[in-house]
Amino acid sequence: MNPTNYIVLSAILFTIGTVGFMIRRNAIVAFMCVELMLNATNLALVTFSRMHGALDGQVAAFFVMVVAAAEVVIGLAIIVTIFRTRHSASVDDANLLKF
Amino acid sequence: MPPLETPVPATGLFTVSWLLIAIPALSAAILLLVGRRADRWAPYLGAIAPLISFALGLVYFVQMLGRDVATRAVSVPLYNWISSGRWEINVGLLIDQLSIVFVLLITGVGGLIHVYSIGYMAHDDRRRRFFAFLNLFVAAMLLLVLADNYLVLFVGWEGVGLASYLLIGFWQYKPTAATAAKKAFVVNRVGDMGMSLAIMLMLATFGSSAFVDVNDGMPKVSSTIALIMGLLLLLAACGKSAQVPLQSWLLDAMEGPTPVSALIHAATMVTAGVYLITRSNAIYAQSLPASTVVVVVGTVTLLFGAWIGCAKDDIKRVLAGSTMSQIGYMMLAAGIGPAGYAFAIFHLLTHGFFKADMFLGAGSVMHATNDEVDMRHYGALRTLMPITFVTFAAGYLAIIGFPFFSGFYSKDHIIEVAFQQSPVVGGLALLGAGVTGFYMTRLMLMTFVGKKRWKPDVHPHESPLVMTVPLIFLGIGSAIGGLVLNNWIVGWLDPAVGGGVPEEQHGLFYFSTTALVTLVVVAIGVAISVWIFGPRREIPITQPASQSFLTVAGRNDLYGDAFNEAVFMRPGQQLTESLVRVENSGIDGAVNGTAAAIGGMSSRLRRVQNGFVRSYALTMTVGAAIVGVVILLGRLG
Repeated sequence: MNPTNYIVLSAILFTIGTVGFMIRRNAIVAFMCVELMLNATNLALVTFSRMHGALDGQVAAFFVMVVAAAEVVIGLAIIVTIFRTRHSASVDDANLLKF
Repeated sequence: MPPLETPVPATGLFTVSWLLIAIPALSAAILLLVGRRADRWAPYLGAIAPLISFALGLVYFVQMLGRDVATRAVSVPLYNWISSGRWEINVGLLIDQLSIVFVLLITGVGGLIHVYSIGYMAHDDRRRRFFAFLNLFVAAMLLLVLADNYLVLFVGWEGVGLASYLLIGFWQYKPTAATAAKKAFVVNRVGDMGMSLAIMLMLATFGSSAFVDVNDGMPKVSSTIALIMGLLLLLAACGKSAQVPLQSWLLDAMEGPTPVSALIHAATMVTAGVYLITRSNAIYAQSLPASTVVVVVGTVTLLFGAWIGCAKDDIKRVLAGSTMSQIGYMMLAAGIGPAGYAFAIFHLLTHGFFKADMFLGAGSVMHATNDEVDMRHYGALRTLMPITFVTFAAGYLAIIGFPFFSGFYSKDHIIEVAFQQSPVVGGLALLGAGVTGFYMTRLMLMTFVGKKRWKPDVHPHESPLVMTVPLIFLGIGSAIGGLVLNNWIVGWLDPAVGGGVPEEQHGLFYFSTTALVTLVVVAIGVAISVWIFGPRREIPITQPASQSFLTVAGRNDLYGDAFNEAVFMRPGQQLTESLVRVENSGIDGAVNGTAAAIGGMSSRLRRVQNGFVRSYALTMTVGAAIVGVVILLGRLG
């Protein structure tokens, strides 16, 4: 199978993630969009690794997964705390940290 | 000009000649450091110190008299002051014919004035400090005249300036005294600048500022350098000796206690300029233009001072004008060159006596009349204060040049050499002598003769012995000083100033043509004065308004202050004001403007931090896109 297709898929997923992160207000959805971008990146890394016949990209994908898992733990905890105190999961409501 | 003598190394008692300076300096230190415990005995210690120095100076003088001419000048190396690379500044004393007469004048007249001050300052609470300052002055003045190096001389020069400042402002609670002290200090700074520039020029030219090196090196330098050096030293001399154009401080300096006026502003410190010119004779020998400027300054000042002396009613200011005028004579003589140096110093010595005598006499009169200085409130003091009157009269006869009094000899010599120099200078010096006769007679008549014009609560009385005894000594000096010194001083000073001894020495009672003409001119001055202010004339108690330009100008110190204000002070003020304006609007404006611009920009820029996560995301995306585009364009290019 032509590896270019994987790259195209990766680009489509990344774009969906980016656009979703920018236009959706719900914190959970925004979070999922971030995960989507990370996984699109992982797909690209693995594909390139395969194309070049080297293992570097695969290793990098593992690193990204570890970081993503850690980030999910912290991020979800923050979102849950904000929801409990403010009864809203909208990212536009949590706008107090500013100039 | 014959080469100047080379000093021989010190032996015997001369090796401790630094004691001359150390004794008054130590006394000053004790009086200042011991504090109030010394109050009781302070005046006595203060008066003894210069007298011990005088005794020591007298011993040296007698020893020098006993020596051969070639070995009279003695150099006393003390220690190495500055040693840096090529510079070697050694501190040493030079005791020669010139400096020893100064030592005797400073400590002798100075000692008498110290004794007088015991009586004069008896009622002042701060007399310990007064005597400490007086001793400090004596020490600094001795350092000035004994130094063998211009840089060391400069230390003494500044020391007397400091003592002068402290003593003019001794009654600092009087605003006029405080201002006068400041004025004297500032005007003297102008002269000191000339002095320090001259020393720098010497160090640059000769690599040394010692008298020996400068005297040796002078014949080899270009006439331009000699001229510049001469003019810079003249500027220094003008500042210290209150010569035109730096004359304005001396009249105000009369705010100080009267013994200070007698010691510092008449007998010793103000003559330091004449000493400097005489000591620098090797420099002026190389530059005729510089010497001519000295003559001009002296001539202008002698008339300037005499003019002021005619118009003032304050007895001390009349005497101050007269001091300026007499120092003008000395400068005139010093400017003429080798022929005049000895006469300049001769007049300086006799002037030291008769002017100190008259200042102390004025102090005695003030003491008797509740510190009144206005001569319009004196009159008829002759019978009540006989000793003051007689001693003052001796000083008066000396200054107008009455035959056989000291001024008769010293002033006539100067007028004579002035005529040899140029008829114009001689004529002006002669005119000055006539004016001197006028204003001094006016002072005598208004103070001691005529009707009583005292204020109601004044009861004049003769001063105590401690004040009259110094007056008597100074009066005797004024009377016979000229007779004693006349035939001796020129020969004595010759090795130090290189004038050459005149072939024929006239007898003491010889009248030259110049002397006769001078006497006639002085007699005219005295006669005019008697005609205007004579015993039968009514003298108004308040100063009458005068329309005469001569009088009005004289009363205003010939507009010296106005001139300084218009020419130096106002433009200086405008310069600083405009600089402040440039500073405030230009430099400060640029600095503050930059800060304000950056502050304004950042306060706009921080609006980007709006707290909305999604707008941050947009910013990041756009930024990443731009970076990507740039990288892509870079690849393509």
